[in-house]
Amino acid sequence: MTDTPQMARTTARRFDPFDFLARYGTLIALLLLILFNLAFTRNFATIQTLNVNLTQVCTIVIVAVGMTLVIATGGIDLSVGSLMAISGALAPMIFLGKIMPIGNIYLAVAAAMLVSIAVAGLFGLFNGWLISAFRIQPIVATLVLFIAGRGIAQVMTNGNLQTFRVPQFQFIGLGRVLGIPVQVILMLLIVLAAAWMLKRTVFGRQIIAIGGNERAAELSGIAVARVKLLVYAISGLCAGLAGLVVIAINSSSDANLVGLGMELDAIAAVAVGGTLLSGGKATIIGTLIGAMTIQLVRYTLLANGVPDAAALVVKAGIIILAVWIQQQGRAHA
Amino acid sequence: MDTDILLSMTGIDKRFAGIPALSAASFTVARGEVHALIGQNGAGKSTLIKVLTGYHRRDAGEVTFDGKPFEVASPQQAQANGISTIYQEINLVPYRSLTENICLGREKRRFGLLDWASMHREAENLLQRFNIRADVRRPLMEFNTATQQMVAIARAIGFSAKLVIMDEPTSSLDEREVGVLFNVIRQLKQDGVSVVFVSHKLDELYAVCDRVTIMRDGRTIRTARMDAIEKIELVSSMLGRSIEKTEGHATAFTARDEKNIGKVLLSADNLAVGQIVQDVSFTIRSGEIAGFAGLLGAGRTETARLVFGIDRLKAGAMTYGDKTFEPRRPSDAIAAGMGFCTEDRKSEGIVPDMSVAENMMLALMPKLAKSGVIDEKAQQEIVKRFIKQLGIKCSGPDQKVRELSGGNQQKVLLGRWLAMNPRLLILDEPTRGIDVGAKGEIQSLIKSLADQGLAVLMISSELEEVIEGADRVFVLRDGISVAEFGRAAATEDALMGAMAHGNAPAVAEALV
Repeated sequence: MTDTPQMARTTARRFDPFDFLARYGTLIALLLLILFNLAFTRNFATIQTLNVNLTQVCTIVIVAVGMTLVIATGGIDLSVGSLMAISGALAPMIFLGKIMPIGNIYLAVAAAMLVSIAVAGLFGLFNGWLISAFRIQPIVATLVLFIAGRGIAQVMTNGNLQTFRVPQFQFIGLGRVLGIPVQVILMLLIVLAAAWMLKRTVFGRQIIAIGGNERAAELSGIAVARVKLLVYAISGLCAGLAGLVVIAINSSSDANLVGLGMELDAIAAVAVGGTLLSGGKATIIGTLIGAMTIQLVRYTLLANGVPDAAALVVKAGIIILAVWIQQQGRAHA
Repeated sequence: MDTDILLSMTGIDKRFAGIPALSAASFTVARGEVHALIGQNGAGKSTLIKVLTGYHRRDAGEVTFDGKPFEVASPQQAQANGISTIYQEINLVPYRSLTENICLGREKRRFGLLDWASMHREAENLLQRFNIRADVRRPLMEFNTATQQMVAIARAIGFSAKLVIMDEPTSSLDEREVGVLFNVIRQLKQDGVSVVFVSHKLDELYAVCDRVTIMRDGRTIRTARMDAIEKIELVSSMLGRSIEKTEGHATAFTARDEKNIGKVLLSADNLAVGQIVQDVSFTIRSGEIAGFAGLLGAGRTETARLVFGIDRLKAGAMTYGDKTFEPRRPSDAIAAGMGFCTEDRKSEGIVPDMSVAENMMLALMPKLAKSGVIDEKAQQEIVKRFIKQLGIKCSGPDQKVRELSGGNQQKVLLGRWLAMNPRLLILDEPTRGIDVGAKGEIQSLIKSLADQGLAVLMISSELEEVIEGADRVFVLRDGISVAEFGRAAATEDALMGAMAHGNAPAVAEALV
């Protein structure tokens, strides 16, 4: 009864290097990388380099935003890569008129985008349903579509490569507004919307509460099942959109390749960004920074003549380092 | 060096992020002694133990154990050196057999293979010391909490420990099992093993301990022989102030005015779900504190879960207000104006990584929000008001709730429900694991809430709490509500009689 709140407040908190690293480590790493490149990589400080890096990181960030929300509830979504393949396979079938001819190309593109993103969202909802209604572990539940999803995409296209040249559609992958690539704008919009949602809305707070203590959340009247359904649906929607961006950039859709390995890239970005993989603590901006750091490491190595295979090893090293710093920060907090 | 001293800790300092948790604490345990370590939550007991077992590194001070300086970097190392700890939460592997749990980390080998036969034998022998005859080949999760606790103790003793630390070992045991545990402690003592016993239950200390060390604010205030210190002295040393309680009044509950009690708010008739709740009937009036008394496993918590919609009724019916009440999930009960502070704060109450404010607003948040967007300003105001009103000790609304002591966490949870302006509050063991000072505050808070018209259903294993706090007491036994007592009739003898022997509702009516 003797230590008053005043006392606790006035006692200066000693600087804790691990806490500081856990909080700002990824950002510092990103800044160091930029400094390094400014000094050693030729032509780094150009708009073109910026655009190359941003366009390459876009799809990962879009998927990773959905993944961050899923992980914040204590879950994981392995199906995102396959859902990208499904939306990537479905959209050309619609705007090329393979399912039913649509006269107006704008109408066709709009329908293609809406329907394929919605379908990916529905598959996400299916994930959420498995997890909340049957209490299947998220890693197992989403493994179902991880395996089946790509199969569905291949069956839809008979395993054929779909190529197209539809500028109205490819605007989302190749277009620019005020010199900024459209997918970068999309990415930023999604990041900002999700960050705001997580911080300022009831839904966001409920996501964190479920990840932090699901039993307590349920007993506080939070509709845990509904929140989980929505979170996996959002992850599906994000994956659907990312699938469209990928095929728009490539002018083609190959169900074998679209979104391949994306689930792991997204999880890596989330982890490096500082979101707890066990749930209950999440940062969307961190995920953005995490994805950019991984991207820039790879770029730095490639630009300085290190082969891509070696870059993968470095990527893995960064993930280990990030998770280690997180744990230290937590243990010392 | 005095050979009778097993452990001596002197001048121990430990700071967390600049805030001292221990300052110049000292602690001495003799060989073959049962030594109580008590103090309010946040007094530094756990920190002292964690420093000793190598979980935390001390900032300053000396530790000698068994005549030698004692430096360990982890609890495992401490264990290897003869100090075993049994934590409040049971740290065992539910899917593995009793033998595996007991022998985990020190498996016996023969020709490079595990020697199962001798491990099973050892596990059986260890458990027999506790009078437990169980098939050690069965997985742990098939046994009840008490047996699991005994397994944890057997595991600790099996390490040929010289010092066993028990951190609130009795919190999940019923009376008979506590008796068994005390026999084990006496047995250990005879074998020359020292025991450090951390508990909030003062009676237990007198029953089993030789000496006591009292901690407050990170310091060791006093060490005394158990038979040379009065209960009231213990309490006043812990609190650091003199006690203004009348003789024979053990809780902060004071007499209540009958006229504060209104109409029947909730009436439950013949509730049943499975084996554990078979036939429970009771009523609660607004402004009334209704108490549930009963032994462990009598179905008190399970009945509360039915009322709150966590579990679904198999039989029976409830009326709430004037309407039939059939909650399907907690949100139904919350919408009807109920709140439920669960027994297990850690796993069912707090969200540890969230702030005080976020925890407190968890249930109210949707109501305060404007089209799904949180109204931060309104929230902050409410949170600040409750922090002040409930006397929550925290650095501010943004402090993480896991950094608070148990009593303050409980107040945050009370705040969570009070912010909803409820009509019925269910409190399951509201003062368990909470230090004496905060306990009194929470008890007087419950009373003043009832005075304002709130109906309270209070489950408590502490008889005095139910007797002095409740306007009416319902006694449950083996899933059946066997008796109901008014304030005057609720005496310790009457309640214990009903807990032990009551079985027919007819008997109960005769007792009223």
